[in-house]
Amino acid sequence: MGAFAYVAPTRLDEALTVLSEHASQGRRAQVMAGGTDLLVQMRSVDREPRTIVDIKKLAETNRLDLASDPIFIGAAIPSAVLNENADFVALLPGLAEAADLIGSTQIQGRATLGGNLCNASPAGDTIPAMIAVGAVCVIAGRGGTRRLPVEDFVTGVGTKALRPDELLLGLEVPKPAPRSGDAYLRFIPRTEMDIAVAGCGVSVTLDDSGTCTAARVGIGAVAPRALLVPAAAEALIGSKLDDAALAAAGRACSEASSPITDKRGTADYRRKVVGVLCRRAGAIARDRARGN
Amino acid sequence: MTKLHVTTSINGEEVDFLCEPQQTLLEVLRETLGRTGTKEGCATGDCGACSVLINDRLVCSCLVLAAEAQGQQVTTVEGIASEEGLHPIQQKFLEHAALQCGVCTPGLVIAAKALLDRDPDPDETTIRYWLAGNLCRCTGYDKIIRAVQDAAKTLAHPA
Amino acid sequence: MAEAVDFKVIGTSPVRPDGVDKVTGRAQYGADLNLPGMIYGRVLRSPHAHARIKRIDTSRAEAIPGVYAVICGRDFPRGQSGEIGGEGGGDVADLAKNVMARDKVLYHGHAVAAVAARSPRIAEEALAAIEVEYEVLPPVLTLEQAMRPDAPLLDEHLYTKNLPEKPDKPSNIAAVMQLARGNVDEGFAQADVIVEGEYKIPMAHQGYIEPHACVANTNEAGQSTVWCCTQGHFEFRAMTAKVLEMNVADLKFIPSEIGGGFGGKTVIYLEPLAVLLSRKSRRPVKMTMSREEVFRATGPTSGTWIKIKVGAKKDGTMTAASAWMAYEAGAFPGAPMGPGAMSIFAPYNLPNFKVEAFDVLVNKPKVAAYRAPGAPQSMHAMECAVDELARKLGMDPIDLRLKNAADEGTQAPYGPKFPPIGLKACLEAAKRHPNYTRPKPPGAGRGVAVGFWFNVGMQSSAEVHINENGTVTVVEGNPDIGGSRASMCLMAAETLGVPYQNVRALIGDTESTGFSNVTGGSRTTFATGMAVVKACEDIIAQCKARAAATWGLDESQVEWQDGHAVPAPGVNADVKPLSLADIAANAARTGGPLLGRASLNAQGAGASFSVNFGDFAVDRDTGKVDVLSFTAIQDAGRAIHKAYVEGQMQGGAAQGLGWALNEEYIYDENGVMQNAGFLDYRIPVASDLPMIDTEIIEVPNPSHPYGVRGVGETPIVAPLAVASNAVRDALGIRINELPLSPPRILAAIEAAEAGAR
Repeated sequence: MGAFAYVAPTRLDEALTVLSEHASQGRRAQVMAGGTDLLVQMRSVDREPRTIVDIKKLAETNRLDLASDPIFIGAAIPSAVLNENADFVALLPGLAEAADLIGSTQIQGRATLGGNLCNASPAGDTIPAMIAVGAVCVIAGRGGTRRLPVEDFVTGVGTKALRPDELLLGLEVPKPAPRSGDAYLRFIPRTEMDIAVAGCGVSVTLDDSGTCTAARVGIGAVAPRALLVPAAAEALIGSKLDDAALAAAGRACSEASSPITDKRGTADYRRKVVGVLCRRAGAIARDRARGN
Repeated sequence: MTKLHVTTSINGEEVDFLCEPQQTLLEVLRETLGRTGTKEGCATGDCGACSVLINDRLVCSCLVLAAEAQGQQVTTVEGIASEEGLHPIQQKFLEHAALQCGVCTPGLVIAAKALLDRDPDPDETTIRYWLAGNLCRCTGYDKIIRAVQDAAKTLAHPA
Repeated sequence: MAEAVDFKVIGTSPVRPDGVDKVTGRAQYGADLNLPGMIYGRVLRSPHAHARIKRIDTSRAEAIPGVYAVICGRDFPRGQSGEIGGEGGGDVADLAKNVMARDKVLYHGHAVAAVAARSPRIAEEALAAIEVEYEVLPPVLTLEQAMRPDAPLLDEHLYTKNLPEKPDKPSNIAAVMQLARGNVDEGFAQADVIVEGEYKIPMAHQGYIEPHACVANTNEAGQSTVWCCTQGHFEFRAMTAKVLEMNVADLKFIPSEIGGGFGGKTVIYLEPLAVLLSRKSRRPVKMTMSREEVFRATGPTSGTWIKIKVGAKKDGTMTAASAWMAYEAGAFPGAPMGPGAMSIFAPYNLPNFKVEAFDVLVNKPKVAAYRAPGAPQSMHAMECAVDELARKLGMDPIDLRLKNAADEGTQAPYGPKFPPIGLKACLEAAKRHPNYTRPKPPGAGRGVAVGFWFNVGMQSSAEVHINENGTVTVVEGNPDIGGSRASMCLMAAETLGVPYQNVRALIGDTESTGFSNVTGGSRTTFATGMAVVKACEDIIAQCKARAAATWGLDESQVEWQDGHAVPAPGVNADVKPLSLADIAANAARTGGPLLGRASLNAQGAGASFSVNFGDFAVDRDTGKVDVLSFTAIQDAGRAIHKAYVEGQMQGGAAQGLGWALNEEYIYDENGVMQNAGFLDYRIPVASDLPMIDTEIIEVPNPSHPYGVRGVGETPIVAPLAVASNAVRDALGIRINELPLSPPRILAAIEAAEAGAR
């Protein structure tokens, strides 16, 4: 049995060296950002010793660049910090509200978009919201940096397209076009502190007449991983985002889902509610787009 | 097991300790340093009893590795009162009977302080959502919310 | 009797004496004690819900460096039989087998071994090295399953109790109970309207925030000191002594502050294990449960299955009611079906009723007391039925209840005639409450329900010491779980006529104060308060005697007034009144220190009734329920500390609403609880609730010097049916199963819509 170790490199190459050395020696290393999922797992389902690589001391993972296009959001920025940034909230209100839904105030003081994504839970709140805004993962490895759309990053329950010698640096999000808006809604039994039973992120762009010219819809907690739902986007594009179009998008979300029954909800319930959420989030995104 | 040497600040005082890499800040505070004012209710970030501030940011100390405290400023419930006496939040919790068993109280005092330091005049809904991560099973929250509202008033208009 | 008396401090809401230590982190709770040389104990728990233990091999664990002791079932005495009284009571052999499994494990999480080691991590490593061989048996997980004649048996030697004759074969039904009056068939025949219903409620946990914790330290003579969070250290000592076959005199229990209990900390779990581990390792051993262990292995309250039928005449007069109730006991007998049966019809003047109740074993943790044990489940069924009755009769739900309400002189279903009770006063207060007279918010539903708890007295001891400056120290034996020190100080201050600030209360350990039963059954302010008042009266008698001696008067010529000894009216004595401080200062010359004492077995705990109502909104697309407003009205007899009485009402309402809307034990088909954590066992968070409005009714209890009734339990009872009735009102659909979770509500809405098509 190996032993636990903790390192907090201050340079990216150091961090990547630690990861690649562990990978080549067959030792386990695990990247930690906020640690809010990792520490819980270390106490329960996964007690195996490993080297914890804390990436909060790296400059790149803490960088938030809202002026560039694409926008860059470092993987180690806590959601509370993002939500205290008025420019970020104004630019990507749907992603901001998803980040604001991860656990309690305490959890938000630590939890990051990058960690939420790398935890690869089917129910991660920010993942459908990131999918909706077309976020792309920026992944660093010894050989350089590569990019992967968020919807392709998570491959299954708890698994992701990240090699053991790589780490997620951050996310790139295309700067929203004029008359765009995004929104994220999830359903939980309480008002706070629950894992999503279903979630849906919607982003839309309107033309001057109010017709939807572009849309992306992401759904969560209703399949082994968060999904992009092209059929829902198609139902929205070309419409005025009226009730009928939103209802059609909602139906597309229900049809795209393949939920399970568990302690948080029944499959039937999740399938229905993801459609309700799509309708409601679509209406919010539309209203935001009209205001932009 | 190689232990890590960590130097940190707790309630403004420099403290150093040895810890195992996987030990949480909560465990070190309570078992190594004897600062038992910070409580463990779940150890999974769901109850808020272990709330502390790290560099004035509200976190659950059960979800922070002790090693991460290196070079940081940690504030626990033991550091809230001052030479002048109780913090207004503590005083208002007492006056409003906002605690029954009192085990969630340290976490709530810390969380309420983090809120009022940021937002001196929160409305009821804001308080309720901010404190949603601090479970209380005794009070039904009513008197806690009132205590925080009253503390905000006192902080805005000190007697 | 204290009626129509102007109180000086009773009914006010001063800061509690232990408050500063609790807001600054100084107060020591169960897990807060660290002793030199202390090691850490951990428990190995069964991965199966039902299995026979074939073999336990601890040798590998014992060989791990840093492991000091390993114990399992064979390290315990065989477990003598007998009963332990009180709220956490039951059969000693069952209690012993619950703290450590012997031949069989009966629920997932049942303790099978324990270790003590230098660090928690070494202890956990040692647990993993213990080998246990099981023969897995089919688990029995529901009442329907357990009550079937061919059900697998948890205990092959269990024959149903209280039947006319011993049954010819064992079963999972531990006991039955019947309660009846009049003739229900005739009563139903007289009814113009009859409603029937069948209700299911799942197991729910008390959900106290502090997990169970203790430290045990055993010396070479076998004497043990145990620090722990408990609702009753004397009863913990008694239980631990019986389970370990120890002399009570060799066990000292020191109660820490307690982080909530609600009945769940009336039972031992870790304490005997820690004593054994400490004895074996010759070191202090600290044991704490994880939150997961608290859910899996301590006592929740029973899941229930209840069928109810109520009949009434057109004018609303109830003619008969009957109920069939099955309660899950968990792994060992002892479900609270008795109080459930005795409470279900308590609010109503019913000439004819019949209740049949069953205590049923299932492969789940052994239930423990939870706030008004048994009553929330049974009264939920009745209060839903009464709501349906009001609808059928076209009557206001409060008017219907007023028409049938029990009052002074009504024969309670459980026997005695009620002394003065406050049910009608609560109903009338509800009827005129502004939250009730205002219209419902658009689309919302309103629910009304009555709550009730008997309250208990039992044994309490108290001592009152007068310090040399006249300040007062009250010593009693009931852990302060919600501000009871403040109530004791208020009653002592009122009785003695001194300022509240002059009185302090402390909770003695098992060696420094007299026996007291648990803090439970809403008995502390009533019974221990009564002992404190009597101990103060003892002080007053001594003060009068000493003043009389000082003045050269007869004792009968001295009275006690506003904290002073004064000559009685008509006694001609030119003396200055003597304050408590004066008498204390002179104590050395008048007979030594002033010490008052009282011990009693309190009788006449007055029942406390409540009426709750609330407005609830239901999202018809998602099935989510929001509590818009909630009002709790309750008879406190006399509120000693007003704010803490309100706090009991608000906290109980929150627990009841949590159970009604979201809380439940969810099991998979193997009997493994799926939601053993606060993430998925969803107790209400601050943003789930509105302010909870309260109105305290005071119909004094004639059996208490200040009129106190227990108030702690009643508040959890009514909210369940308030929620059910409000959702019924909002949707026009009666949902027969709790919790009123979104999937269940949405499914009910869709079923109703499908039925309407």
